Amino acid sequence: MTDEKSVIRPVDKAEFLPAVIRLKKDRWRLAQICAVRIENGYEMSYSFCKEYQLVTLRLVTETEEPVPSITQIYPCAFLQENEAAELFGVPIEEVDPDYHHKLYRIDAETPFKEKG
Amino acid sequence: MAKRSIIPFGPQHPVLPEPVHLDLVLEDETVVGAIPSIGYIHRGLEKLVEKKDFKQYVYVAERVCGICSCGHGMGYCEAVEQVMEIEVPARARYLRTIWMEMSRVHSHLLWLGLLADAMGFESLFMESWRLREKILDMFDATTGGRIIFSVNCVGGTLKDMDRDMLAGICRAADEIEQEIHPVMETFLRDYSVQSRLKGLGVLKKDDAVLLGAVGPMLRASGEAYDVRMLGYEAYGDLDVEPVTAQDGDCYSRCRVRLYEILQSLRLIRQAAEKIPDGEIAVPVKGNPKGEYFARIEQPRGEAIYYVKGNGTKNLDRFRLRTPTTSNIPPMVELLKGCQLADVPLIILTIDPCISCTER
Repeated sequence: MTDEKSVIRPVDKAEFLPAVIRLKKDRWRLAQICAVRIENGYEMSYSFCKEYQLVTLRLVTETEEPVPSITQIYPCAFLQENEAAELFGVPIEEVDPDYHHKLYRIDAETPFKEKG
Repeated sequence: MAKRSIIPFGPQHPVLPEPVHLDLVLEDETVVGAIPSIGYIHRGLEKLVEKKDFKQYVYVAERVCGICSCGHGMGYCEAVEQVMEIEVPARARYLRTIWMEMSRVHSHLLWLGLLADAMGFESLFMESWRLREKILDMFDATTGGRIIFSVNCVGGTLKDMDRDMLAGICRAADEIEQEIHPVMETFLRDYSVQSRLKGLGVLKKDDAVLLGAVGPMLRASGEAYDVRMLGYEAYGDLDVEPVTAQDGDCYSRCRVRLYEILQSLRLIRQAAEKIPDGEIAVPVKGNPKGEYFARIEQPRGEAIYYVKGNGTKNLDRFRLRTPTTSNIPPMVELLKGCQLADVPLIILTIDPCISCTER
């Protein structure tokens, strides 16, 4: 059965934080954050849930382009943002708390950044 | 003025079956802050999707964790099937649902035993795990495995159940239902249990939502959210209602899980009665191209499975957001203001699964 209550909405960087703030005001729960490596950048998906609706904000950034943290709006995002930074090397700014790539005790630096 | 100190909690601790570390900031015996730290068992399993054929990867997904194994395989398959627009046979959907509900009973009984053990109530621990053995026997009889049994495949299931097996499952569900009542009575009415759990670690409904809680942790705070209501697999044909409680404390989280066991036993019987005849899998042709977010209700709460395919046999990305990933931030908030002696019980009542969280 297809989940018809799930939608993906592309957003640009300028719209991103205001969109997250609106969702917070409307009592949407942060469901997940996912980083995907694409050519020359990242595709970040931020999913929010209310009742059974799932809305995913899709932000596409370049490899070195800073991504704003949403931990000031959703403090519970800290684990998933630190994970995206540590495994993929997504340059997320102002994560609170910032584990500085020490969330996972691994030797390799940003092991998910390169394919294969 | 209270003396402020920081003490390490974990990664090895008697109440924790898996390693998680917390730096507890204390003022005398009161916790005023907690900084979680994980990463002791990170295996990078999501990355393996780039090297394994998307059909082989089901076996990897099932090995993310022992307790949630069946659900992880099912959630991954569900996401791939949606991308490939595969219509899974009705019989396979029912079989998956039966194994999934058995997994929920297994997980909750395991957790109840751990809770009893953490309270020093050893006979209650043994009784909970004695009942759990019956579920493991049911897995053994129907799949040949007790913990990780690899029954899911893209397009359906690898194993079927005959009439005798289904009748045996219903009999076992009846037995567990009868025998669990004294256990429930003890958890819900015993003075010692109540004095340890009631009023402890209270998570209010609004906080639970905004802190991202899922599963029994969210429902124990009064939010009736259970992903099974979406009707995936066979749940659309069964009587599913979210089990909730109102107080949001450790006792409520225990109560929700107890009643979910009864609900799961009822759903197992319903599914066993309604299961249609027919094929258990369809052939899968081609490779996945596209993306999908699949949601399922694992025993510990909502899990999200994201897959992105590029038209080859290897997926571009598989992402698993586990229930514990969502429940750690509210747990950290719950610890603020509690007494040091209550920390183990509060942590335990989120039913943390670190293997899942670290993948």
